[in-house]
Amino acid sequence: MSVPSSGALETSLQPDQTEGGGPPIDETRIASRWSVVFARFRRKRLAMFGLVVVVLLFLLAFIGPYLTSWEYTDHDFNAFLQGPSTSHYFGTTQTGGDVFALTMRGMQKSLIIGILVALFSTGMAALVGAFAGYFGGWVDRSLMWFVDLLLVLPSFLIIAILSPTFKGKTWLVFVVLLAAFLWMVTARIVRGMTISLANREYVLAARFMGVPAPRIIFRHILPNISSLLIVDATINVSAAIIGETSLSFFGFGVQPPDVSLGTLIADGTGSATTYAWLFAFPAGLLVLIVLAVNLVGDGLRDALDPTSGL
Amino acid sequence: MTEPILAVRGLKVTFPGSAGDVRAVRGVDYELRPGEVLGIVGESGSGKSASALAVTGLLPQYAQVEGSVLLDGKEIVGQDDEAMTKIRGKRIAVVFQDPLSALTPVYTIGDQISEAIRIHNDVSKEAARKRTVELLKLVGIPNAADRANAFPHEFSGGMRQRVMIAMSIANDPDVIIADEPTTALDVTIQAQVLELLRKAREVTGAAIVMITHDLSVIAGFADRVAVMYAGRIVETGTVDEVFYSPRMPYTMGLLGAIPRADETGDRPLVPIEGTPPSLLNLPPGCPFAARCPLVFDTCREVEPALIAVGSPGHQSACHLAEKIEAGGWGPTDVFPLPELAEAAVARIPREEREVVLEAKDLVRHYPLLKGAVFKRQVGAVQAVDGISFDVRDGETLGLVGESGCGKSTTLLEVLELAAPQAGRIVVLGRDTAELSASDRRALRRDVNIVFQDPMASLDPRMPVSDILAEPMRAHGLGAKEIATRVRELLRLVGLNPEHAARYPQQFSGGQRQRIGIARALALEPELLVLDEPVSALDVSIQAGVINLLEDLRARLGLSYLFVAHDLAVVRHIADRIAVMYLGKIVEIGDVTLVYERASHPYTQALLSAIPLPDPHKERARRRILLEGDLPSPADPPSGCRFRTRCPKFAALDEERRRRCLEEEPPLYGLNGADHAAACHYAAVVKVV
Repeated sequence: MSVPSSGALETSLQPDQTEGGGPPIDETRIASRWSVVFARFRRKRLAMFGLVVVVLLFLLAFIGPYLTSWEYTDHDFNAFLQGPSTSHYFGTTQTGGDVFALTMRGMQKSLIIGILVALFSTGMAALVGAFAGYFGGWVDRSLMWFVDLLLVLPSFLIIAILSPTFKGKTWLVFVVLLAAFLWMVTARIVRGMTISLANREYVLAARFMGVPAPRIIFRHILPNISSLLIVDATINVSAAIIGETSLSFFGFGVQPPDVSLGTLIADGTGSATTYAWLFAFPAGLLVLIVLAVNLVGDGLRDALDPTSGL
Repeated sequence: MTEPILAVRGLKVTFPGSAGDVRAVRGVDYELRPGEVLGIVGESGSGKSASALAVTGLLPQYAQVEGSVLLDGKEIVGQDDEAMTKIRGKRIAVVFQDPLSALTPVYTIGDQISEAIRIHNDVSKEAARKRTVELLKLVGIPNAADRANAFPHEFSGGMRQRVMIAMSIANDPDVIIADEPTTALDVTIQAQVLELLRKAREVTGAAIVMITHDLSVIAGFADRVAVMYAGRIVETGTVDEVFYSPRMPYTMGLLGAIPRADETGDRPLVPIEGTPPSLLNLPPGCPFAARCPLVFDTCREVEPALIAVGSPGHQSACHLAEKIEAGGWGPTDVFPLPELAEAAVARIPREEREVVLEAKDLVRHYPLLKGAVFKRQVGAVQAVDGISFDVRDGETLGLVGESGCGKSTTLLEVLELAAPQAGRIVVLGRDTAELSASDRRALRRDVNIVFQDPMASLDPRMPVSDILAEPMRAHGLGAKEIATRVRELLRLVGLNPEHAARYPQQFSGGQRQRIGIARALALEPELLVLDEPVSALDVSIQAGVINLLEDLRARLGLSYLFVAHDLAVVRHIADRIAVMYLGKIVEIGDVTLVYERASHPYTQALLSAIPLPDPHKERARRRILLEGDLPSPADPPSGCRFRTRCPKFAALDEERRRRCLEEEPPLYGLNGADHAAACHYAAVVKVV
């Protein structure tokens, strides 16, 4: 049953440097959990590739605007609906806007929105679900009642009612709003998984050792459902980027002349077959973002799961 | 000599896989004559089950089976499934280990047995039904006609195994293959099932292949024994030869590793170092070479064949078999006896030692609730109902009983360190009812637990270093101190500190349990609570863990509360023992007194049900078989809780019975010694 330990793990450990068979000196370096996980993650080529792509996309989004002379607010009245060229890398829009500048501007917003919303909603789901499942009783009942309430409330109606309040405020408010309507189903799943984990012997053992409940949740419960959480978070990245467009529709969040990948894609969809560059560039970058995040997520999941045979 | 009914020759089973082929069975030969019982013994992964499944054709499609299996002279290897269906159930019957998963939950017991009959015989529904009831009666199911309409979940584990046996003998088979038929059962139920298998053999005249990991089970049951290791038979012969003059070091090691219920615990067990080899890419040479104390160069190069030694029929696969035969070596000559430390505290008389744990009239009832919205209590499961015991410094109290007797509940109550429903728990002189939250946390340093299943009790997502560091972090030790201690702990339990970054599943079962023990020792506790710590381990590994526990107790001055159902293990390790039945302690006292002078009828039945790894003793023993199953703890019998199954109660006259019916027996002290039994009519019976 014992699997030979991987090369990277072996090298991270210093063997006893004793001579003559005397009593070993306790110099064995002991790797902690996170350094082991990190070492395992680094060995995943695809995951590292995904991570590099995410970093490059961030760099592109924030450095890209300086690579062109056009601002996203500029209009080139000599070039309406022109294809990609040396002056307009991604072509131009109906009003002569530079698609490259617009896409870079949109990507700045969307990357941050996508990743923040994913982290926020999955984190919320993990916390609420795990605490409800672990403690049970009235904690469970009240938290689940709250989850059910949010589930049955029509989210767009709430946002429509709330939007005047937030009008003109920073668009980050709406990261919170987007996340607030994404986490409930996952929270229920997390709760169910927690209930089955809470009776495992290793959780009991930790309890009998005097480990406080919140620490048990963070050290034992959440790592053991990390596969679900990571899959959930990667899906939420794309859901948030797309979902943001529907909120923009309410006149809320990213508003013209400001743009996001979502609004660009929504505007470009109609021209996808005729003026392909309006649609293909923002959509292609969205696909790239989602793909890269998925690769990172897969790598993280495998790094956390010792049975994945790394 | 009669013709063999089943002849297996050169049987090989290979499971192809992406990482390489797993050669689970690597050439097995045996013969079985009508009415004979062959015991196949081996540890997990030795290929014993795969070889039996190959005979029945029940292996998955992708498994490659080579060799020949002759059933009554006809080849059955390579037959298609349709042809095998005619043989299975009719000529070869199988009894599986887990009777719950072997029965379909949605059909009644009667339907399932009738189905087995009607598949192979052209009989009417009514006739099949009649035969079903007969069979159920034969295997000792009370009210057979009614119970035939019950569903599998309405039967207890022992009852289900009886049903399985009824089904296997329904068509008068020539061969019954019993694959660990008693492993999941309690010891008294195991005795019942073994008795039933004997009866089944008498009724049908079938030959039985009994597959087990437990040498004791076959000592009194089998005629011949085959010991399997790494996919091959390494020793075979009659029971007496294999048990009394083993000629293969592995067999010797197994025999030396078994704790015995009829021996005091002074003799240290002989562990076999190391773990069985992986059947994937097996190196050349004898597969046991890496663990064998007699190993020499040839062993690592040439795999020994089975050769005859001593009396006819006795074969051993060892290059040194003749030398062993000539020298008449026994297990202790081959395996070095480990030296165990002796505790300093052992010399102080028990009464003068500090009381580490005291439970007084401890009660734990679980309410039975009814209703969906407004729950009302309709009764209580009396899991623990007023038990008292104490554990003193440096001693081991064994808490034994069958499943459902409340021993695990007792242990959890102690570990909660909270006020019990009734009664008192005093840990290291502190009453748990009076503890503040911070006191309780501080006290957790002194009491720790080792669980039964080393896989389930270690977080699979944590490297071993973090698992061991966790209790120390929880109690605020510094990072540097923790790192030093982790290394210390790993060495203490015999593991390599270099492996600290590995995950639990990269270790074998025995090693995992050592990690569990190391974690429990991290905070230098006074009292260790052990919940069946060795029952999930193979015999050869188990011995090493038991020795480790004994050694640690002596060296670190620990006290143990040892919960187990294996009475042989308890006798070996415990100083005192408490026998529980249905939430009560029925007998308590010094371990030698309780085993040698068992006074409660339940203890006597329990002890008489333990199989001994000694064929002569085993055949001469008379078992006290208990009727039926454990009554529901939600509705225990009045008076003495054991009376419904008590053989003594059955023999009493009306007048004396009344006392058992009406008066609950307290623990009566016996002869002023450290021994008490809760029976109005306690009398010593020697059973082991």
